[in-house]
Order: sequence, then C-alpha cells, then structure tokens
Amino acid sequence: MDLFEYQARDLFAKHGVPVLAGEVIDTPEAAREATEKLGGKSVVKAQVKVGGRGKAGGVKLAADADEAVARATDILGMDIKGHTVHKVMIAELSPEIEAEYYVSYLLDRTNRTFLAMASVQGGMDIEEVAEKTPEALAKVPVDSNSGVDIVKAREIVAQAKFPAEVAEKVAEVLVTLWDTFVAEDALLVEVNPLVKTKDGRILALDGKVSLDENADFRQPGHEALEDKAAANPLEAAAKAKNLNYVKLDGEVGIIGNGAGLVMSTLDVVAYAGENHGSVKPANFLDIGGGASAEVMANGLEIILGDPDVKSVFVNVFGGITACDEVANGIVQALALLESKGEKVEKPLVVRLDGNNAELGRKILSDANHPLVQRVDTMDGAADKAAELAAAAK
Amino acid sequence: MAIFLTKDSKVIVQGMTGATGMKHTKLMLADGTNIVGGVNPRKAGTSVDFDGTEVPVFGSVAEAIEKTGANVSVLFVPPAFSKAAVVEAIDAEIPLAVVITEGIAVHDSAAFWAYANEKGNKTRIIGPNCPGLITPGQSNAGIIPGDITKPGRIGLVSKSGTLTYQMMYELRDIGFSSAVGIGGDPVIGTTHIDALAAFEADPETDLIVMIGEIGGDAEERAADFIAKNVTKPVVGYVAGFTAPEGKTMGHAGAIVSGSSGTAQAKKEALEAAGVKVGKTPTETAKLAREILGA
Repeated sequence: MDLFEYQARDLFAKHGVPVLAGEVIDTPEAAREATEKLGGKSVVKAQVKVGGRGKAGGVKLAADADEAVARATDILGMDIKGHTVHKVMIAELSPEIEAEYYVSYLLDRTNRTFLAMASVQGGMDIEEVAEKTPEALAKVPVDSNSGVDIVKAREIVAQAKFPAEVAEKVAEVLVTLWDTFVAEDALLVEVNPLVKTKDGRILALDGKVSLDENADFRQPGHEALEDKAAANPLEAAAKAKNLNYVKLDGEVGIIGNGAGLVMSTLDVVAYAGENHGSVKPANFLDIGGGASAEVMANGLEIILGDPDVKSVFVNVFGGITACDEVANGIVQALALLESKGEKVEKPLVVRLDGNNAELGRKILSDANHPLVQRVDTMDGAADKAAELAAAAK
Repeated sequence: MAIFLTKDSKVIVQGMTGATGMKHTKLMLADGTNIVGGVNPRKAGTSVDFDGTEVPVFGSVAEAIEKTGANVSVLFVPPAFSKAAVVEAIDAEIPLAVVITEGIAVHDSAAFWAYANEKGNKTRIIGPNCPGLITPGQSNAGIIPGDITKPGRIGLVSKSGTLTYQMMYELRDIGFSSAVGIGGDPVIGTTHIDALAAFEADPETDLIVMIGEIGGDAEERAADFIAKNVTKPVVGYVAGFTAPEGKTMGHAGAIVSGSSGTAQAKKEALEAAGVKVGKTPTETAKLAREILGA
C-alpha cells in the first residue's frame, strides 16, 4: 500500500526523522487557519500518489493566509496525471535550501535482502540519476537481522560521498529512517529531497512510503491509512468480502482459483478477444484454494454487478478446491441472486478440471441453467467467453 | 532419481495439529509420503491417528530429527508464527524446509532468509507461499494433488500453484520426475535457477518446464543461467501479459513496477536463451510434447 506524502510525513515524525510542520486539509477555507498556525506563510502541496506534481502546478507558495486559500482552491480538484487532488497539505515553509540529497531503503528482490540507496544528487527523479550518473547513487546492502545502526549509517554516507559537514547529521537521519522502515513493516521508505538548509539543518522535505499489507496483523494503525475514498467501489466491495479482486477495463468477467491461473486466464481471454472485436478481461478475481460455494457466490455477485461485464468466465483447476463444490457454488449463487430479485442476464462459461471435475461438470449439466455453458478446455472456454462478450457489446 | 525429495525422504510437519496441517498431512500420507512426525511444543509426547497411521508429535524440530532422522519439514504455521518456525528449522539444520504458509510479512521472510545465509545455508528453503513439491510415485511435501499425474521424465518449476497443477494435468500422460512450486512472494528461498540446476543434474529428467509470472527479475536471471548452464531442453510459460502497472495480482510478488517485471520482458529474455515459450499453458504443453516426440 502506497501512502500519501502527509501520511509518510506523519510516520517519519513518529520515528524521529526530521520533518517540517504540516497539516492535511480537504477544503480551501481550512488553508487559512492552517497557514495562520504556521505564522502566516505556507506551501500548498497537492496530495497525489504520483510523481511530477510540482511540474504539474500542484505545489505553490502562499505569502499569507488569503493566498493559501486561493492556491488551495486552485489545487483541490486538479487532475495530475489522471489523479484527482482531494487533499492538500499546508506545510511550513522550508528555510533556504543549500543542497538536496536522496536517501531510501527498499527491498532488493534480486538479492533477497534490503538495500540502502543514497545520493548527493537529490531533488530529481532517482531513476534518472540511476540511469544518467549511476556512480552518483550509492547502493549498500543491509542485512535484515543487523539493520542500520550509526556505524552502518556512516558506511552508507561515506559510499554516497556526502560532504563532511553534513555526514554525521545525515547518518543520524538514516538511523531514524531505518527505524521507520522496520517498525512500520515498510517495503519502501524514500526521502527525496533530503535537504541541507542554510541554518545547518537536515530535513526530509518530501517522502514516499509503501507498506506491506501482509504485516497488517501486527500493524493495527495501518488500516486507517488506506485511501478508501479512492478505491474503485467494486474493489472496495470485494475487499469487504475478503476477495482478491482487481478491476480492469475490459468486458469479460473472470473468476478463477490461484493467482497464477487467474493471471494466465486474463492473458488467454485477451488473446481470444483478438478474434472477437478486441474484448478484454474486466477484472482479476482469485477465489483462492479450497473455495466454498459461499465464496463463489460472493465472487459472482461482485462480477455480475460490474456494468462493464458482458460475459463471465469461471476457470477452475481443482487442486485443493473440489470442482463439485465450485459447481454447487455457481448453481447456488445464481439461485441466490435471483431470489434477491436481481436479474442475471449475463452468460457464464465454466471450465472445470482437476479434483472432482466429472462430478462438478455433472452438477452443471443437471442444473441446466440457461445462462451457463460448460466448455472443458481453458483455451476453448476463453474463446467462447470472448465471443459471447463481443456479441453482447 | 528426482530432485530435493525422494521415497527415502523422512518428512515432519510443523503445524501438523492445526486444521490445515491435519488435512494435508492426511493427503500426503495417502500419496505415500514417509511422514515420521509432527511438531507442536504444547502437544509433545502425544500422537495423531491418520486412518490407522500413528504419527508422533514432538516438542521441537531438533527433537524430531534426533528421534526419527527426519530430513524434510513441511510448514503449515500461521503467518504471525512462521518466522520463528523457520528459524527453528534452520537452527535444527534440517536439510529441507518447505514453507507453504501464505501471507508472511516481507520483513519476516527477509529475516529468516538472512538467518539461513548466516548459518551457512544448511537448510534449503522452498517457499513461502508455495504449494510445495512432489516427486510422483515417491513422496509429496506440500499441497500439490498427488493424483494428477504419474512418474515420468519432465521436471517442472513454477511460481504458481494452480499453474503447476494445470501443467501437470496437460502433460499427465508423460509424467514428471519432480514438480517444484517455489512460491509467489517477493522473497523466496529456492529460485527457478536452483531448480533448473538440480533438474540439469538429475539423470531422470529429460526436459524442464519453467513457469514464471510478472514481478521481479527471477525469470530474466533464470534465462541467463539457462543460456550458460542448461543443456536439457527448457519450455517456458509466463503469466501476466495483461496485468496493469502498479497493481498486485494476487501473489504479493506479482506486480509490474515501471518497465521492470513485465511478462513481455521475461518472455523475450527466455526466448533469447533458446527457451521455447508458449502463449497459453496448453500451447506450452504442446511445445514440450513436440520436443519429447510424445
């Protein structure tokens, strides 16, 4: 889960990373009080989870409270690379900046360890620094169990060639940033820019944090950081039912078991769609191992509720999941939806293989539901689902 | 022969007495797996009856090894307790730990991986978030259904459980030496490369099927390894061509970030290494058949 800048700022502050004062607001008028609290001047910063907001006009200085309200009026509702601005941060004005640096910790998947990255060329896109002047970006592996103490932090600072007069202060920041990374179960903590001010301070002016949702069981505070307003309503409904669902922009609704098989199903449907008016998958939905009839019913309800969906492809390979339960789930789900008064009009193509496949197929054949078709190969079923979606388009 | 797991493997189950552990221990026993014990400190000294097979419960992995000579542990331990359980397995120096558990925090898996390195990698870790591995006709350590296929000469390595089953089903008439599900998490123990190296060295494997998916660069590195080290034919499949950037597709590790981790890049890397890559699982199986003349 990626956080907004203001949320990252709060987490940094909590763990001792030096930041400036700031308050998040969602109405222009609130900018007045927030600016007055800061002594009458502020920076109005759009809160969007995408880079390049400065260039897009999403960060403005305000010399007084009136101007802060005016700038907040401009920025709230602005579209930045497809992201609508719903919140702005009213931040304390930075003292004059003498230098901009970059520091981060992240997971290095390739080496299965954590990595510290640091550069004295901060402020710009770090991928650009990595590409154009790779020697200016120090990458230092960090052992998960020994972590970053002041000695390790000094090593990172030395490798990135920070100037002597800031080295110790940056090292201290690196220790607090590591504390943030570990204590919050983050996958990424990034400060860009980390600035040196004329009055000699080191400050984190902007930051990115990405959190590991698998750690939610020991991070009770993280749920509140979720941007529920921005979630697609179908994704939110699926999440409420513990379904692993991602909305996509096509017409064929997909339900399958196992992340790999569902990803593969999307691809196979997209290939088949090339022959049927370019229809594409409408979603990713993994009902997981050992899925019950109820889970299938929940999944079908979400997918049939998506107005973009023209046909549905249920693709199950029964490993742990028993195909007879899946088949019963489909039959019960349709009956349940119909009993709720919802009219089910979208055709379903079902492919069942593996554990109890024969039994599952028989259940579907016996139920003889007018909207349900059985196709017993994955490629064949994908083709049928694409054809039906194209016909209904 | 087979890789990592044979009929001689002596298997213990950490988390055997939980619901998932009970269910799958029963299934593994039915597939002929030599299960010599379970581990649960609170139930040490008791035993569990699985349809007439009495399986003793030990207080620790070390005790289980001492009493039974166990050399494989399968873990069905809940995410919050997995790190401690894997560390226990590493401390006991069990040669193979198969971590089935899904949903382990990355800081935990990174920690036990670092710990395994520190201890000299005496324990091979498979997973987490994986279906385990099977050597058909000999032993099954995990949750892969034992009745999909028979012993044969194809080796399979995959990030995905259900795609493993699908591929075993497509090629069920030919059969498999071993099939290894390495898991879909960002940090995993055994990699594609480890399995490829083992299959290359296994005289009973004639062809290798490698299944990858979006995220990370494991497939690209495997391609490089194949070009340099694998003489046996390799057939590949990559899932996730239609996955949008920045969205996690079910597996915690399955995410395209920027231009890295895309299915297209992985396919191209594999093809450049001489691997035939299928567009669908069925087409991939067909490519394998063509090579084997079966």
